[in-house]
Amino acid sequence: MIQKELMTVVSQSEIAENIFEMTLKGALVDQIDQPGKFVHLKASEEMMPLLRRPISIARVEHDKQEFTMIYRAEGAGTTALSRKQSGDQVDVLGPLGHGFPVEAAASGETALLIGGGIGVPPLYELSRRLNEKGVKTIHVLGFQNKEAAFYTEQFAELGETYVATVDGSLGEQGFVTDIVNKHGLRGDVFYSCGPTVMLKAVEKLHAAPRGFISLEERMGCGIGACFACVCHPAADETGTAYLKICSDGPVFKAGEVAL
Amino acid sequence: MSRLALDLPGLSLKNPVMPASGCFGFGREFSQLFDLSTLGAIMIKATTEAPRYGNATPRVAETPGGMLNAIGLQNPGLEKVIANELEWLKQFDVPIIANVAGSQTEDYVQVAKEISKVDNVHALELNISCPNVKTGGIAFGTIPETAKELTKRVKEVSEVPVYVKLSPNVTNIVEMAKAVEDGGADGITMINTLIGMRIDLKTGRPILSNRTGGLSGPAVKPVAIRMVYEVSQQTNLPIIGMGGISSVEDVIEFFLAGADAVAVGTANFVNPFVCPELIAELDQYLEAHNIDHISELKGRSWK
Repeated sequence: MIQKELMTVVSQSEIAENIFEMTLKGALVDQIDQPGKFVHLKASEEMMPLLRRPISIARVEHDKQEFTMIYRAEGAGTTALSRKQSGDQVDVLGPLGHGFPVEAAASGETALLIGGGIGVPPLYELSRRLNEKGVKTIHVLGFQNKEAAFYTEQFAELGETYVATVDGSLGEQGFVTDIVNKHGLRGDVFYSCGPTVMLKAVEKLHAAPRGFISLEERMGCGIGACFACVCHPAADETGTAYLKICSDGPVFKAGEVAL
Repeated sequence: MSRLALDLPGLSLKNPVMPASGCFGFGREFSQLFDLSTLGAIMIKATTEAPRYGNATPRVAETPGGMLNAIGLQNPGLEKVIANELEWLKQFDVPIIANVAGSQTEDYVQVAKEISKVDNVHALELNISCPNVKTGGIAFGTIPETAKELTKRVKEVSEVPVYVKLSPNVTNIVEMAKAVEDGGADGITMINTLIGMRIDLKTGRPILSNRTGGLSGPAVKPVAIRMVYEVSQQTNLPIIGMGGISSVEDVIEFFLAGADAVAVGTANFVNPFVCPELIAELDQYLEAHNIDHISELKGRSWK
């Protein structure tokens, strides 16, 4: 069930350059039943910025009614959000969208998790859930550079973790796809989140017989009403079919969307 | 009788608050959040004869106190809207105002003829003001004679009252209102969006793939108020006012300007519960201010 709630900031800190980790508390957490869903936040009560900001959920602690999100402070909305302090309230709408199907990987199987930049956070909760049910996870995380990297140790605690940076300042130099090829990484299922250009390259790797990708897109309403974040399905003879990233996604089966 | 209930041509409204076309889809998403029967009416997303994908993304850009959109009338087409969307909406006790769009006169006539036969469609909203399509849309809404002629043609085939949605992108809004009144319109809805643009400083190019888009949200409210104020004094047609409404004070302001009912657009994207919240708050406002019926406020700014 989608709820709207004034949630309380439990903590907030800058964990990498312009990358913030914020933990929020409230009853809405009870509704988060799948990794890969997102929340839509009103960063300010003022009319600028007017619209909400979609942010992925990185970790859920149901017993404490808390969730953690990791986001990049970039524009007016996320910058305003980054100034929130413990005890402040944030207007949250969520959980929204369709997340990663944990059930797509069986106990004993291997899942390959490939994330790029600010697409990395939702893979963390996914990895936790997969590991809980006995799925082996291999993580490939790509960042611009050392300063922009985060959560590499947290992922390493859950499974084999490879880090790629564009400039080679952390882990190995190159893109996530280079790492997968170089080490011959394969899984029974892959899950990926990051920029569209990366997802396109990841789909072509065929690193697992089945896979799921999470798309990033500018959104309006976040619930499927405004038609701002539509995309074309891969199979569409008429040219008028569409999928809404916010409500049909943001997670799709690999190959489902024309990237 | 309720302080909020009122009758307009074709419409028996429980209350004067309804979601504006294009800001509510066909209601499905919002039905998960609240009972659609609480709404005064629903203005469904613009329907064209053939399915339309609309424009390429980016389709929205934020602006101070508002947003630009250039969706481009994306919709599944007349046949599917009738078979799937309107059929599904029949489970709710709420009148539907069907927004009708097209590229040429024949398109409007065809859609109006068919969609006005559907049981729960109690009125049409003639979309002669969409700024985001290459042909049709606003092309019909900026020349008085053209608007009048289209209104007349649609009135000939429609089985329900016809409201015409006016564009603010004109020099003389009163002239447009009078033209559609002459054409036989039963009511006016106003205003559609104002044409605007934002440019990306990194690329030096417009942000929207359509280059221009329609500006909506709180930023346009003063323009809408001024136009409702002018038009309501010069025509006898009822007006459903819209443009930047997000609070109960905004609703009151539109009535004072001369509106008979109001529609809420962009605010649905910011707070999907805004319509039922406004309906509840409006009743409380009237109670607190000893106003027996909402219609008492109409046009008080100029009466």
